Amino acid sequence: MGEVLVLTGKKSHSKRSITRVLIGPLVLPTLIFATLIGMVGLGILLVQTFTVGLPWLDLDFLNNFPSRHPEEAGIRAALFGTLWIAGLTALFSFPLAIGAAIYLEEYAPQNKFTRFIDVNISNLAGVPSIVYGLLGLAVFVQILALGRSVLAGALTLTLLIMPIIIITAREAIAAVPRHYRLAAYALGATQWQVVRRAVLPSAMPGILTGTILAMSRAIGEAAPMLAIAALVYVTFIPTGPLDRFTVLPIQIFNWVSRPQAEFAGLAAAGIIVLLLVLIGMNSIAILIRNKYQRRLAE
Amino acid sequence: MSTIPAIDVQDLNIYYDKFQAIKSVSLKIPPNQVSAIIGPSGCGKSTLLRSFNRMNDLIPNARTQGKVLLKGESIYDGDVDVTDIRRRIGMVFQKPNPFPKSVFDNVAFGPRINGSKRNLGEVVEQALKQAALWEEVKGILKKNALELSGGQQQRLCIARALAVEPEILLMDEPCSALDPIATSRIEELIRSLKANYTIVIVTHNMQQAARVSDLTSVMMVGDSREGYLAEHGSTKRIFTNPRDSRTEDYIRGKIG
Repeated sequence: MGEVLVLTGKKSHSKRSITRVLIGPLVLPTLIFATLIGMVGLGILLVQTFTVGLPWLDLDFLNNFPSRHPEEAGIRAALFGTLWIAGLTALFSFPLAIGAAIYLEEYAPQNKFTRFIDVNISNLAGVPSIVYGLLGLAVFVQILALGRSVLAGALTLTLLIMPIIIITAREAIAAVPRHYRLAAYALGATQWQVVRRAVLPSAMPGILTGTILAMSRAIGEAAPMLAIAALVYVTFIPTGPLDRFTVLPIQIFNWVSRPQAEFAGLAAAGIIVLLLVLIGMNSIAILIRNKYQRRLAE
Repeated sequence: MSTIPAIDVQDLNIYYDKFQAIKSVSLKIPPNQVSAIIGPSGCGKSTLLRSFNRMNDLIPNARTQGKVLLKGESIYDGDVDVTDIRRRIGMVFQKPNPFPKSVFDNVAFGPRINGSKRNLGEVVEQALKQAALWEEVKGILKKNALELSGGQQQRLCIARALAVEPEILLMDEPCSALDPIATSRIEELIRSLKANYTIVIVTHNMQQAARVSDLTSVMMVGDSREGYLAEHGSTKRIFTNPRDSRTEDYIRGKIG
């Protein structure tokens, strides 16, 4: 009996060793390959975009409105439209989403209604953006009579990204250790004081990360903005929230669809501008986040 | 004893859903003494302690029956402000749990949320001195509290509780996560604090109870796992001449 055990033990051991010997060395190259696919793809895209677009990128390009003549065409209207939309969307979505996350995580009773909301927020995060565009067109543009305005566009994007911010904010809030809450309660804190002073400061870096991701998605969206703005040839910049507008993805989309090679260059230059806006916004958010984290770490 | 008890527990029953955690406990905690609550795991000593400042309210499904009087006032009456009770009764937890903030902000947390009108710097200094931590941290008040050692963190938590100027300090196994040297410093601190505060300490370390407390309550686990108070009296008497046979077995190390 003992011998048999030893034998089978030995056998399975050597079998395992063989698989280990075979698979072990393959794991690392496979993982590196998987990583490289993404990196190389992104690299090619960037190189292609910059080689085609950089010659077109100058101050005139930033300052001019679109034109039939490629050498006179610029991105001014779309750039300002995007900045308006991004600003208003952040202004609306951040407080609303965080309020919702705090309610759901800290205050909401554990009942069917809360679970119903839970499930629906997760579902909403997966709804295609064009659906939000059509919803915004019906509700904000038509029913609320805001017209094809910056405000209608920002409200639509707010709806689009709120579920994403809510979900990440809730995760960040739930990750705050329970003993911080207990310590605050034991010092005589009210529930709001516990949330405001013990929970939110610890959750803020995570909440901001979620917001950065959501905002990046918002300003890259073309489909819902096309439904709301429906403008391509815009020769003015919005001066107020009720003005009409266009955004960078729409302008880029429009140039890409032209047959002339020059417009492909303009489109690439537009993409570079869009990337720069994204990087700029993310840097600001990361700076704010780091400030919070430093304050926590000090 | 003629003075009014700091805490007067009258026929207290606590349930988690249908499970009875504590069965008809009656107990008087005298002021300016150190009272220890000892007993085997699962006997409900922490549950009993948390009922004194209504921290059990935060546990869903916990239900409390009976009375707890704080200086003669019932703390479970409908019109009682829970935050006010917790301001008057401070608590120190098993594991040191400073906020991820600076040493100063940790101690100032209570006075700030309670809208204290006193000079924050003075309050913080006084609390840290009372907790025997001032000399070690006076130069690093802006440093993150999580960088302190475990023992320092626990004394910081004591300072944080003291900064609210409570009447009573509850300690739930405050040394169980600390090394022997840090433990002896906390014990020393407990003995010095009783001049100004009423202290109730839960511990599963009987030597600790014998070292720091004036009075000891021994809790035991009943047949349906409910905790009950087996014996209560002066620490000296409990440890030298226990009346209850199960207390004696527990103290002699035969059970628990």
